[in-house]
Amino acid sequence: MLNYVWLIPLLPFISSVLLILTAGRLPRKLIAVFGAGSVGLAALLVFAIGLQFMQTQTPYSVQLWTWMDIGDFTPGFSFYIDQLSIVMMSIITGVGFLIHLYSTEFMQHDSDYSRYFAYMNMFVAAMLILVMADNLLLLYLGWEGVGVCSYLLVGFWYKDAANGAASRKAFIVTRIGDTAMALGLFLLFTELRTLQIQPMLEAANNTWAIGDIMPAIAALLLLGGALGKSAQLPLHTWLPDAMAGPTPVSALIHAATMVTAGVYLIARTHGLFLLAPDVLMLVAIIGLATLLIAAFAALNQTDIKRILAYSTISQIGYMFLALGVGAWSASIFHLMTHAFFKALLFLAAGAVIHCLHHQHNIFKMGGLRGKLPIVFWSFLIGSAALAALPFTSGFFSKDQILLSAFEMHGPATSFASNIGLNFNLGPWLWAGGLLGALLTAIYSFRLVFIVFFGESHTEPDKQPGWRMATPLALLCVMSLIGGWFALPLANVFPPSAEHHVSYLIEGISIAIPLIGVLLAWLIYYKKINSFSFFTDSSNGQALRRFWKSGWAIDRLYNSVLVSPYIAIANAMRGEWLDKIYHGVVSICVGSHQLLSNSQSGKIRWYLISMVFGLIVLVSILGWAN
Amino acid sequence: MIMLTLILVLLIGGAVSWWSERFGSNTPRLCALAIVVADLIYLLVATSSLSTEPFAIGASAPTWLLSYQLDWIPRFGISLHLAMDGLSLILITLTLVLGAIAIISSWNEKNQRQGFFQANILWTLAGVVGVFLAVDLFLFFLFWEVMLVPMYLLIAIWGHEGRAYASMKFFIFTQLSGLLMLVAILLLAKLHHSATGVYSFSYFELLNLDIDSNTAYWLMLGFFIAFVVKLPSFPFHTWLPDAHTQAPTAGSVILAGILLKTGAYGLIRFTVPLFPNAALEFAPIAMTLGVAGIIYGAVMAFSQSDFKRLVAYSSVSHMGFVLLGVFAWNALALQGAVMQMVAHGFSTAALFMIAGALQQRLHTRDMNKMGGLWHHMPRMGAVALFFALASLGLPGLGNFVAEFLVLVGLFAVSPWTTAVAALGLITAAIYSLIMMQKAFYGQPSSEFEVDDFAILDMAAMGVMIIALIGLGLYPQPVFDLVQPVIDALLAATMGGAL
Repeated sequence: MLNYVWLIPLLPFISSVLLILTAGRLPRKLIAVFGAGSVGLAALLVFAIGLQFMQTQTPYSVQLWTWMDIGDFTPGFSFYIDQLSIVMMSIITGVGFLIHLYSTEFMQHDSDYSRYFAYMNMFVAAMLILVMADNLLLLYLGWEGVGVCSYLLVGFWYKDAANGAASRKAFIVTRIGDTAMALGLFLLFTELRTLQIQPMLEAANNTWAIGDIMPAIAALLLLGGALGKSAQLPLHTWLPDAMAGPTPVSALIHAATMVTAGVYLIARTHGLFLLAPDVLMLVAIIGLATLLIAAFAALNQTDIKRILAYSTISQIGYMFLALGVGAWSASIFHLMTHAFFKALLFLAAGAVIHCLHHQHNIFKMGGLRGKLPIVFWSFLIGSAALAALPFTSGFFSKDQILLSAFEMHGPATSFASNIGLNFNLGPWLWAGGLLGALLTAIYSFRLVFIVFFGESHTEPDKQPGWRMATPLALLCVMSLIGGWFALPLANVFPPSAEHHVSYLIEGISIAIPLIGVLLAWLIYYKKINSFSFFTDSSNGQALRRFWKSGWAIDRLYNSVLVSPYIAIANAMRGEWLDKIYHGVVSICVGSHQLLSNSQSGKIRWYLISMVFGLIVLVSILGWAN
Repeated sequence: MIMLTLILVLLIGGAVSWWSERFGSNTPRLCALAIVVADLIYLLVATSSLSTEPFAIGASAPTWLLSYQLDWIPRFGISLHLAMDGLSLILITLTLVLGAIAIISSWNEKNQRQGFFQANILWTLAGVVGVFLAVDLFLFFLFWEVMLVPMYLLIAIWGHEGRAYASMKFFIFTQLSGLLMLVAILLLAKLHHSATGVYSFSYFELLNLDIDSNTAYWLMLGFFIAFVVKLPSFPFHTWLPDAHTQAPTAGSVILAGILLKTGAYGLIRFTVPLFPNAALEFAPIAMTLGVAGIIYGAVMAFSQSDFKRLVAYSSVSHMGFVLLGVFAWNALALQGAVMQMVAHGFSTAALFMIAGALQQRLHTRDMNKMGGLWHHMPRMGAVALFFALASLGLPGLGNFVAEFLVLVGLFAVSPWTTAVAALGLITAAIYSLIMMQKAFYGQPSSEFEVDDFAILDMAAMGVMIIALIGLGLYPQPVFDLVQPVIDALLAATMGGAL
């Protein structure tokens, strides 16, 4: 079966090309069969290959062809399959198939049905290449490919200029990160003479020592790419706007798969990051800062999708935190459970929007518990997993991350001690993560209570059909039990120590989300007024507006980066260099006129100038002698 | 003879096309297309059936596939010497493919004097092919001028509203810089005379000339300026936006797709090999110009509202990568520079064709008056999207391979230059996407009653799309052709540049 691994990205790719070439002339049923079927087939293949792989357990690599061959620069179109790629491929094709199935109904009445599936299939193909690539250049191809598909899908409804702006922002902000990553690739190749990931990591280990400057720069540059793709500080601003795309797109690209590519990249190259403990510490700190900032922002949104978008940023922050403290498996584990429950939440939110005439504002919803029962239960289960309530999938993964953070000893890096960071960072990271968990529970159940309880504001005009309900049901199951099984990642990552924390710490970790739900219940269901002294004061209002705007970071970037760029470009528009060339022209034309004036045709002038010339000549001669 | 035939077919074919106008105003374009396609097929057949191994000419490395020499003015050591290696083969193929596409691009334009129009196109192509083949510097200069005049006529006669200014500017820039090269060439021949007692314009004999470093520097500058004006490089690029904007579509396609490449070719073939030490000394300045061009071109492209001007400035930006690649002067960067010449040829030619198609349908190039065109013309929109993505360097397409190789090669030479040049990846995204937005996305206007691309347009576009995907996913055939040339150049200039 492993010989057929190349078919997995090829299937959705072929379907995409087919849909592009037929340009919407196929009947809708057939488009749906190609669009969803190709991903479904790929999922079956991944399943079969995964089963076979479990027996052998040895990484499998295959080279389809040599991409380029110039001296020792020989990247190939080659795949490397190990447990980590299998896990990622399962998520991409499994969750991806469910979302495609859901889309066949969700997009049913869109006039660009075919274009939608063409982009979606292309995305799946690119994402698969990203996680299967055995060298960083091919990974970069997938990396940019998913970026472009994300751009195309965010701006899918192109007639609205706002969607275009959102899609450009998504692409350009991530491109900033990608450029850093490209520089990282240049550096790694120049220093290590290979981009093939496993040999490269080996060479890095042999060439560099822990704490050297080169691996730190390389890791920083790769981190830049990861921050952009995974929407982490300071490159996270594109994700909330990216919600302009159709909701299944948000579920697939901006929750389950593409935005976790940064996490995958760091996990895949963890050997490099282990050589740069300072950068690893930075990863943890960025993760923590992002998860808190995004959680506060999520708490104050009114658009159902923006809440989920900030929540995604926040949850990926947890994954970065895990990476930063070296809990590689926990990070990938959370990546997987998050894919389940966040895809579920987005699809459920899509169903709400679908059934409520495109309503996005949660305060115009309400009381939907009885009217959309399937959606309600999906949302409840998804929120429970997001809030990490005990025994849901999210609980297990988040618990691992928090405990690993608590147990981190350090920072023991030279940089940290140089700047006086001598205390143990672990408990602080843990406490920050806990605060985040509390906020997560509050904002997710705020959503549940406002949308599904209380008074009704808008009546649903339809119910989700089976193609939307089935994916919801299956994702519900995965969100509940998806954390009960350990991921087979032991061969990929260095072994992590068993957790030895006291029952108190463990107990606090379990209790915090429950307290959050209770708070949400009190505030948004019971509507107790104990917080009004804060929420109604002018300072409180200002603070909430500040949080709602995403800590005004967009405004900052606009005034510091975007507006100056536009101003400079506009000031330059008329090609100022031409002034110089036109100046030369004017000199030529001027002297031309001067000289033509001398040819006036008047004998008098000629005589005078001849006499004058003679005088000058004679006097020069006389002076010279 | 093969090479001479290639050129003569185009020269005579131009006259034939002109003459064929008497059979109807549509005959010349059919005639011209047939001639270019025939020339292309002849080139491919003749070169694929070569029986001999690559051989050496003079003291050069054995990289040459064809050589043809006739005495011309023996007294001054001038001969009609043509030679072809992998590099020229690639570029001539590109020239003929894009030449055919340029003729197709003029299919629907209602131009007066069709015969003379097509004749000028073919003569330009003849000049370009000659430039890529000439290994006698006097002959090279002759072809350099031959391609200039018909191009000037194309802009001056069939251009848009500001054609007089644009064509004059184009002519003066190229002519003046060509003059510098002519002086440098004559001085080289003179130096050869004082060293050996005979004049020579032969590339192979001048390669081994011993020149004192000060003279070499000035001569190198003479060649350099002629070539970077053509390339064009910042700050000599200002003729290009005007020439492109005003030229008829076929003119823009040839100008951007092919003519600019003669500048790059000159840098690789002449400037560095003839004066390796001077070029090395000059490399920091050249690279600075390259980086400046990348950023400046991209920012200017973003600020334009004229579709054609935007594409023109994007060319300035992309050619900056070529300049960087040449002056990084290692195998990766040079392969990247050559790949950029080919890939940019296709992507820009296609964008100019789209610009021409828009102008023809909407009678404007102002993007502020466009918007929502995807709704009216989904085929054109999709094609434009493809080439916009190629232009911003999407992996999987030829332009990415080119830019990546240039940058990875440059990194070994100068990491900081690379870091600044890489900003071009971001700025390219900004202008490419704003172009798509302004023209094709947004609210469709009911004013437009326009036809989408027809089958012939799609065929031409399809050729370029397939070419870019092919170059992006399997560029090795091009590398293999060029690699021996690059190896020889690097070996010959060892101790010089790098």
